[in-house]
Amino acid sequence: MAGGKTVAEKILSAHSGNDVYAGDICFCEIDRMMAHDANGPMAVQAFRNMGGKKVCDPRKIFFIMDHACPAPYERAANLQKMLRDFAAEQGIAFYEAGEGVCHQLMIERGHAHAGELILGTDSHTCTYGAVGAFATGVGATDMGASMLTGRNWFKVPETIKVVLKGALMPGCSAKDIILTVIGRIGAAGANYKSVEFYGEYLDRCPLADRMTIANMVVEMGGKCGFLCFSGMEPKADPDAVYAAEWEINLEEVVPCVAKPHMVDNYAPVTEVEGTKIDVAFLGSCTNGRIEDLRIAARMLKGRHVAPGVRLIVTPASREVMLLAMREGIAEELMQAGAIFFTQGCGVCVGTHGGVPADGEVALSTANRNFKGRMGNSKAFIYLASPETVAASVLTGVITDPRQLGGVNERESNQIR
Amino acid sequence: MDRREEIRGRAWKYGDDVNTDVIYPGRYTYKLLTDEEAASHALEDLDPDFGKKMRKGDILVGGWNWGVGSAREQAVKCLKFKGVGAILAKSFARIYFRNCLNEGLFAIACPEAVDAIQDGEEISIDFEKGRVVTPAGEFPFEKYPAYVMGLVEAGGIIPYTKEKLKNRREERA
Repeated sequence: MAGGKTVAEKILSAHSGNDVYAGDICFCEIDRMMAHDANGPMAVQAFRNMGGKKVCDPRKIFFIMDHACPAPYERAANLQKMLRDFAAEQGIAFYEAGEGVCHQLMIERGHAHAGELILGTDSHTCTYGAVGAFATGVGATDMGASMLTGRNWFKVPETIKVVLKGALMPGCSAKDIILTVIGRIGAAGANYKSVEFYGEYLDRCPLADRMTIANMVVEMGGKCGFLCFSGMEPKADPDAVYAAEWEINLEEVVPCVAKPHMVDNYAPVTEVEGTKIDVAFLGSCTNGRIEDLRIAARMLKGRHVAPGVRLIVTPASREVMLLAMREGIAEELMQAGAIFFTQGCGVCVGTHGGVPADGEVALSTANRNFKGRMGNSKAFIYLASPETVAASVLTGVITDPRQLGGVNERESNQIR
Repeated sequence: MDRREEIRGRAWKYGDDVNTDVIYPGRYTYKLLTDEEAASHALEDLDPDFGKKMRKGDILVGGWNWGVGSAREQAVKCLKFKGVGAILAKSFARIYFRNCLNEGLFAIACPEAVDAIQDGEEISIDFEKGRVVTPAGEFPFEKYPAYVMGLVEAGGIIPYTKEKLKNRREERA
């Protein structure tokens, strides 16, 4: 077989030194590796168990503390210290608690680039497809082996093409697009596959919104995703072979949620309107960027969160927090009743902060609503956009953001 | 081939989309590191009786998309430490599947066998023939590519890499 290549086939070919196509197994040189405090310690353990003394190249490796930060108990503190010591000993870049969520930092600090092959000890590593990197999550042992040898094996994935046609309507956002796509394709619909997104929308929206979409590719089983905006390299060949093609008409995308307890449990907001909420979460590697906080602040400014609702905000990074302070957004959200929590992952993944009580309903801008996700298996999590979360905290029930005054078109929908 | 020629045990059957948060809850990812402790929380949010009924070598049987969710390897390790012989499912989520291979735990996809298996009955997985043997009949599954089989048979990527590095050193010497 020697036809045209998809983006994934091109990147894996370039990194293995062979012409590879979907289904082939290849051994590749890895450009960057990221490990966080939840899975990093086990990766170091695996590295040592393999007899590792020196990592392959410390410049390729990044340790980021974000899952339980600042450390809520001694075990976490000690594991983070273990990573801190290992990083110092090996010369690995180390991001301390509070710098931000790993995926935000990898892109914000310029550690992920188009055409690169990147591994991370986190399933949402696929976020870097927003800039055109082949980035995928691996377990800790895989990371340990990669840190030692600088290489790993890959099965070249098949690719699904998703074409986003037209423009979004007011009140809708990138989150509604990806929840709609996952609702159609299903939680395992892209299992083991690469997903290439196309459409003029990707040239109009900011990087933040491309990141929101790329971030959730794993929620349909995807190995990696590529947000193929016009400047992205490498490009797929015109005769590349796709496993499936989908078309999403953005004019038909509406504010929507993923109902408990699966990400593909799609419903338009209109179907669940009026559901009482107890906790709301604005943040995470999916929707914790300044663009998301701006929307919420614009909607909440001068108003107050409804009685009985706790709104937790975690900016995705220190940089986002600083911007929010500079722009007055942090103050507006605080005045409206928000609780700010350390930049990181704790609330989303249930490792630190914001745990809902038994039977409570959480409305979250994060990426997963599995049973137990936020730390309590007896709670119910709905996923939604920042627009929907902001509208709902004002009323105390799930609310269609289009119903609320002050919801304008997202800046991201307009030509930059 | 070594002891992996056949795996035999009782089948414990679960549904579709069994996710990493119910296999190994995030609230424990930080707290426990010993093998026994990790094993004691395996599947506790899905099947509170699992710890009691499970015997070493038993086989977990799941529907579509077993292991969906997090990259946390504890979701594989806890089952391995518990003594699970293999996981048989209609399909696996990608990272979970890869973590199984890296931990030396057999993950076999065979939807027809899953449909035929009743909870609690004895089944076996015959690697030589590439068949799942159940009271209702035998069902073929797709064997691993040679490289992957070597990885799992070595006991996972740690022993595999150690062996490879040792060989490389010996070649140089």
